[in-house]
Order: sequence, then structure tokens, then C-alpha cells
Amino acid sequence: MGHDAQDTDAAASVDFKEVQSTERFQELRKRHRSFVFPMAIAFLLWYFAYVLLADYAVGFMSTKVWGNINIGLILGLLQFVSTFAITGWYVSYSNRKLDPIASEIRHEIEGHEFDKHGNPVSGTAQ
Amino acid sequence: MTLMVPAVDVAALKDTTLLNMGIFALFVAVTMVIVLRASRNNKTAADYYAAGRSFSGSQNGTAIAGDYLSAASFLGITGAIAINGYDGFMYSIGFLVAWLVALLLVAELLRNTGKFTMADVLSFRLKQRPVRIAAAISTLAVCFFYLLAQMAGAGSLISLLLGISDWGGQALVIVVVGALMIMYVLIGGMKGTTWVQIIKAMLLIAGAAVMTFWVLAIYGFNLSDLLGGAVETAKNPAVLNPGLQYGKSDTSKLDFMSLGLALVLGTAALPHVLMRFYTVPTAKEARKSVVWSIWLIGIFYLFTLVLGYGAAALVGADTIKSAPGGVNSAAPLLAFHLGGPLLLGFISAVAFATILAVVAGLTITAAASFAHDIYANVIAKGKADPETEVKVARRTVIVIGILAIVGGIFANGQNVAFLVALAFAVAASANLPTIVYSLFWRKFTTQGAIWSMYGGLGSAIILIALSPVVSGAKTSMIPGANFAVFPLSNPGIVSIPLAFFLGWLGTVLDKKLEDTTKQAEMEVRSLTGVGAEKATNH
Repeated sequence: MGHDAQDTDAAASVDFKEVQSTERFQELRKRHRSFVFPMAIAFLLWYFAYVLLADYAVGFMSTKVWGNINIGLILGLLQFVSTFAITGWYVSYSNRKLDPIASEIRHEIEGHEFDKHGNPVSGTAQ
Repeated sequence: MTLMVPAVDVAALKDTTLLNMGIFALFVAVTMVIVLRASRNNKTAADYYAAGRSFSGSQNGTAIAGDYLSAASFLGITGAIAINGYDGFMYSIGFLVAWLVALLLVAELLRNTGKFTMADVLSFRLKQRPVRIAAAISTLAVCFFYLLAQMAGAGSLISLLLGISDWGGQALVIVVVGALMIMYVLIGGMKGTTWVQIIKAMLLIAGAAVMTFWVLAIYGFNLSDLLGGAVETAKNPAVLNPGLQYGKSDTSKLDFMSLGLALVLGTAALPHVLMRFYTVPTAKEARKSVVWSIWLIGIFYLFTLVLGYGAAALVGADTIKSAPGGVNSAAPLLAFHLGGPLLLGFISAVAFATILAVVAGLTITAAASFAHDIYANVIAKGKADPETEVKVARRTVIVIGILAIVGGIFANGQNVAFLVALAFAVAASANLPTIVYSLFWRKFTTQGAIWSMYGGLGSAIILIALSPVVSGAKTSMIPGANFAVFPLSNPGIVSIPLAFFLGWLGTVLDKKLEDTTKQAEMEVRSLTGVGAEKATNH
């Protein structure tokens, strides 16, 4: 299975199971999943609620609110707004909560702290 | 405000042919020079498939937007809104919201675990051969459907611009477009096609912005008045309400749900979009590219809303439908109405460039998948040297180019957005379950992947073949025959849940367990980005 060994050799001799079992990695995994899963479920529900309304509640969606602008158009435009908002939210969450811890673990692996051969190198990474 | 709605004289379009061709030739010349310059450093496989991973997030984001804002988005959605009103708007919403799936669940993790193709990720911790073959087959199938849509768009556009309505003339133009596309990909590789995408995306968004501003200016920047204009021309207030196209019966309502499902789940499984994430150096840049493309794509779809209703108000659905090129001609006709031959020439050249660039992107994806997954890893069992692999990829480009030309000649005349929605359904059924399971479900096995991919791909394609798209209706590809036992025109509502179910079933019934070390490696790599290939400097 040599093909998927990436071109950088830093990761070649790493004990990934050890990394996976560390508390910090588990924390990273938890932070990632606890954001993306609920968010994915939320926006999918909101999207399908919208599709169902457009499909089966035509009368409601056709209600005029202002001039020729009806509820359907407003809800449709709100889909755009929510998409932009979730995008911004995720970027700020990743920058604050995911990136620092991910790069910390990455530096430690690249600094050979989790190599299979020999003991973990003590001291600071890099 | 008094508005004159002069009939757009479709016959007068022929007089602008030379101008259109001139603008288009200029675009081809300029991009060809850029492609030649960009390709000087194409040496390794990473250069050819992944542009040396040297693009920045914003550059790649623009290129992704370029890939995504295909003829389907521009010609197809504008046409769908112009004719079917609100139901056409649905496409934009589904196409946009879908990006959240890519952003939250797929883009960064995929960038961190793979190298060139979707199969790199799917086969990371499963058995190489069977999973790679399945992933490559589904990549080729999705690319083929998408190519058909682009080529059909090319046919529509040409027939409108040159007034060519005979089959042979249109076929000839499709051959020319296909030949140009093969040249771009052969010479430029991923770097060349990425630059073409960037230039084209900027031109397309700028062109659409100008037209949007123009349409809004006509209606005093009052959206309500514009909608009123559309109602007046159509003499039907229902264009503003959902249901004009899909509200006719229970079956068509179900079809609408099916379409909605395919649209939102398809994007994150499109191989040519996934492959773009490998052209950036890090996961953070991959995230930036998605954010950048979400903004560009979102803003563009807001433009198409104005353009679609603008075409409905100023050109009129009947004129659009009877023009050569049919539904797909709404945007060019609107351009002609607004800015005369010059704007039409510009918009058509941009639409052409769009088709050319998207076809190039699809072709390189399909070629990379064949050369990297089937040839290098299955036929040569990982022993092929990168030079031979790139050579195989280049030959594949020629074969795919010819297939696209032939397919395009036959798919001529269908609504482009609709054809693309089929590609989305195939992608969401064949690829998405396996992508999600292998990234997030520790116990997922090879058997689950195989069942899900072949089950999803097979059911989606069989249901399309048995649907009214292919036979049994006036608008079918084979109108004379009737074997349409499946009533929906989009298979997503059946095939996507089925593929998810099969992935689960195949896994729980699998007696063999997968390598937990590989699973640990994939999870650590995907979240931290350790060992992911960095940019190569030129």
C-alpha cells in the first residue's frame, strides 16, 4: 500500500494509534464533530423544511408581503443568508478552536514525538 | 413607469455572428497564451493533476466557482426562472446550500488525506483494488453525465448565435468545441485549466453583474416592480409562486423533493470539484477556497434571480421557447435586448468559455482518475513511474474528449440545468455515502463501500434509464419509445437513501474487520494535516 504514503517522510514512522489515543487528539476530534454534525443537521432540516413548504404549501408561500414580494421569495433569500452566516461561523470556529490544537499535534508528530522506534522524544516540539 | 417590451428579433442575431466569433477567438487566443506559459513547469504527476499544489485559497476558490458556475448555472438556471418562475429559483438554492456539506464535512478532511483523486481518500484504509476500481468507475460516470450537459449547452448556444438549426451544423460546432478543450487539457494540465477557470469565472461574474445592474436600473432598482414586469409579460401571476413546473401532480411534487435532495447532496461528491481541493497547499487554504467560492457562487445566483425574471419580463417566455436553443437561450436573448450585439457577443463568448473551461476541468478529472486509479494502481499495481502515468492521462484525455463530443451531439436540446441535476443525483448516490462513512465511521468496511458505490451508481443510472427523461414523453431523449416505468425524472429520492443503507448493511454484514492502524492514521491525518503534501515551488 505504498502509494498513499505521502511524499513527506515525516509521517512515515509515526505511531498513529498512539496519537489517536492522546487526550488532545480526542479533544480535537470532539470539537470538530460537536460543531459540524449539529450544524449539518440544522441546515439540512432548514433546507428540507423550505423545499417541503415550496412543494406542499404553495398558498402560504404565495402570500404577498410587500408589493410583489412573497413569503416564498423571502424564505428563499433567507437560505442564502443562512448559508453565508454558517460559512462565517464555521471559519471563525475553526480559527479559534480547531486550527491551534491541530497544528500543535502536527508539529509534535513532525518533531518525531510519536515515532514507533525508540521512546517518545521529551521536551518541546520542534 | 412605462415599459416597452419590444419583441426580440431572433433573426437579427445572425448579423452579429462575426462579432461573436471575433470576441470568442480573442478569448481563446488570450487563454491559450496563458495556458502555454503556465504549462512550462508541468513535470511531475503532482504538477499535471494538482498544479503543483501551488494555488492560493482565493485563486482556487475562484477556480472552483468557475467550475461550478457552468453553463447549467448561467444558461440553465436563468432559463428555468424565465420560463418556470419560482421553481427555477429552487436550483440556485439547492446548488448553493450544498456547499455547506462540502465546507463542513468534506473539503479539509479530504485535502488532508488524499493526493490526486477521490479514490485516494476512499481507498485509504480499505482494500485498494476493489475500492479504487469502484471509485474510478463512478468518477467516470459522473463526469460523463456532466460532460453531456455542458455539450448540450454548447449546442444550444451555437444554434442561437449562428442561427444553425440543422443537426449537422450543430454537430460540427460541438466537434470544434471538443477539439479546443482537448488542446487546453493536453497542453496546460491542471495548472492551465485552473487559470482558464479563474479568468472565465471573473468574466462571467462581471458580465452577470453588469446585466443585473442594467435590469434593475430599468425597474428603478425595485425588485417588486421587476417581478411585476415578469407577471405582466407572462400574463400569469403564478410565475412568482412555487409549483408552476413541479406542482401539477403528486408525482411531480415528489420529483421536486427528489431534485432538492440530489442538488443539496451532490456537490460534495462531484469528483471534479473534489479534485480542486488538491491544488492548494494546506487544509486551511482548502477551507479558504470553499469560503471564497460560496461567496462568489451565492452572489452569482442572486444575479441569476434578477436575470431570470428580467428575461421573463423583457424578452418573454414565448420568445425564449421559440428561439433556437430554447430554454437555454434566455440569458443571451436578455443580453441582446439590453446591450445589442456587443453585449450579446460578450455574454455568448463568456458562456462559450464557461463550457470550454468546465469541460476541460471534467476531462482532466476523468483522465486523472483513469490514469492514477485504474492504470497506475490497479493495472500497473503501483509500479508505474509518474511519467508513464501522465502519458496515460494525456491519452485518456483524447479518448474522453471524443466520447464527450459524440455524447454532446446526442444530448443536444435538453435543459442544461436539468441534465446537470442528473449528474448530481449520480454523484450523491455513488460517492457521498462512502465519502461520509469513510471519513466519520470507524467501523466502515470495504464491503460497505463496494455495496454503497455500485448500489448507488447502478440504481441511479437504471432509474434514469427507466424514467421519462429517456422515454415515454414528448421531451424524452427517445420520444418514440416508452419503457418509463419509473415516474420521477430525478432518481435521488430513491437512490441516495438506498446507497446510504447499502453502505451500512454491507458493513454490518461484513465478517472481515478493517485495519485499525490505517483507520487511526486516516483520522489523525484528516484532522491534523500531518504529512499532507506541501506546495512545490517553481
